[in-house]
Amino acid sequence: MDSLKRTPLYEEHIKANGRMVPFAGWEMPVQYRGVIEEHENVRKNVGLFDVSHMGEVFVSGPKALDSLQYLTTNDVSKLEPGQAQYSLLLNPNGGIVDDIIVYCIEKGVHYLVCVNASNTEKDYQWMVKNNKGAVIENQSDRWAQIAVQGPRAVELVAHVLGPKHQNTETFEFGTHQGPGGIWYVARTGYTGEDGYEIFLPNSDAPRFWQDLMNKGNSLGVQPIGLGARDTLRTEMKYSLYGNEITDETSPLEAGLGWVVKLQKGDFIGRAPLVALKESGVSRKLVGFKLLEKGIPRHGYPLVSEKGDSLGVVTSGTMSPTLKEAIGIGYVAAHLSSEGSRFFVQIRGRNLAASVVKTPFVKTKGE
Amino acid sequence: MGFTIPTEFMYTKDHEWAQVEDNLVSVGITEYAQDALGEVVYVELPEEGQKVTQGEPFGVVESVKAVSDLYAPISGTVVEVNESVIESPGQVNDDPYGDGWLIRIEMDSEKELATLMPPSDYEKLIKK
Repeated sequence: MDSLKRTPLYEEHIKANGRMVPFAGWEMPVQYRGVIEEHENVRKNVGLFDVSHMGEVFVSGPKALDSLQYLTTNDVSKLEPGQAQYSLLLNPNGGIVDDIIVYCIEKGVHYLVCVNASNTEKDYQWMVKNNKGAVIENQSDRWAQIAVQGPRAVELVAHVLGPKHQNTETFEFGTHQGPGGIWYVARTGYTGEDGYEIFLPNSDAPRFWQDLMNKGNSLGVQPIGLGARDTLRTEMKYSLYGNEITDETSPLEAGLGWVVKLQKGDFIGRAPLVALKESGVSRKLVGFKLLEKGIPRHGYPLVSEKGDSLGVVTSGTMSPTLKEAIGIGYVAAHLSSEGSRFFVQIRGRNLAASVVKTPFVKTKGE
Repeated sequence: MGFTIPTEFMYTKDHEWAQVEDNLVSVGITEYAQDALGEVVYVELPEEGQKVTQGEPFGVVESVKAVSDLYAPISGTVVEVNESVIESPGQVNDDPYGDGWLIRIEMDSEKELATLMPPSDYEKLIKK
């Protein structure tokens, strides 16, 4: 068993009483004061997330754009410097290798690809294997990443970095010159709230975190663990790799067709998606609420009244915002419209559920 | 960490407590357990009259992020269920040894009590 990696913010988590757990090979804080309190603070004020475990792969050189067009599903040629896009890496069967964000640093020749922590090595190897002549570098060990999320996130970042980033649009990013080098300050997130995800060199991370904590005191800032990160994204029905999306799921089933640009030219996984689009998907990812007491969880079966299999729960929790049990899951396509009923099998009992509109929670940032 | 371990209770390795009064055993989870679990948002308990078996699951407690089985410290018949904890699961966090109690069991045999842990042993278990 390899020893767990620590982010440059490990000491900050210990100081803040973070409860450290193993996650994707890293020692990460799952919570500080409590998942519900942290969740509510992000919806109401602002929270800091250490997401330094996520991977940073740089793609550069004259063939950078060609390579990314072939490796990813979205149209990278549309990106101007300072713009970012949500995208996917697919396998040749059209299954999802990972979900990613592509940041255009210099058009055509220099891009940052942010990947999931658990997939960093897999993605890097995949990109290198299918490279079309770009320079591909896994710089994950050099970069920290801090997410600042919540209705007061913009104000907080302005307190620390100045007003420069206030006018950055959603899915755009600016730069900041830090002591250790350049930072990328992106108006993106995984909570549904307004805010930033900030890439910065490891050496700059502790000081920036401390500044955010100190200057954010009057704004009610709190550090937020992985527990609340998961409940926040579940309320938005954002996909989590390993749950909603895997090597076996298609973006068309997962509701991610909007980041698949079939017209842009060839890319890995395109052909099976063209065929699937033609034939139609047999299952769809939906959000549902439980109509009886209980909590749906990852892996629980979705069944008909008679107990016939209809699908599976991919994520579920008690929504801290709604105080209701919510779930995400794959269900037979004919049962995917709002108001459709099925049952979640929980410890041998079938509990009624109904498909609802998503995101489950309305936020200003969404 | 300094978790409270009332001296008048007995304990299981799965972090339930048992309070014995004549042939009735009240059951809950320990302060250590509720802290490890985090905020409890759902509790599922058996019905009155249901049989439970020592060491077997009799219900679940769930936090936002996890499901944990509850294990019966003793075999017997459920004679009382704490309905208020089902309505307000946070009581398990706020008062695990009091208002957060879960069920009362009429035990089949006092002999099984010998397999439960005294407070001193439980203290050692959670210090590991």
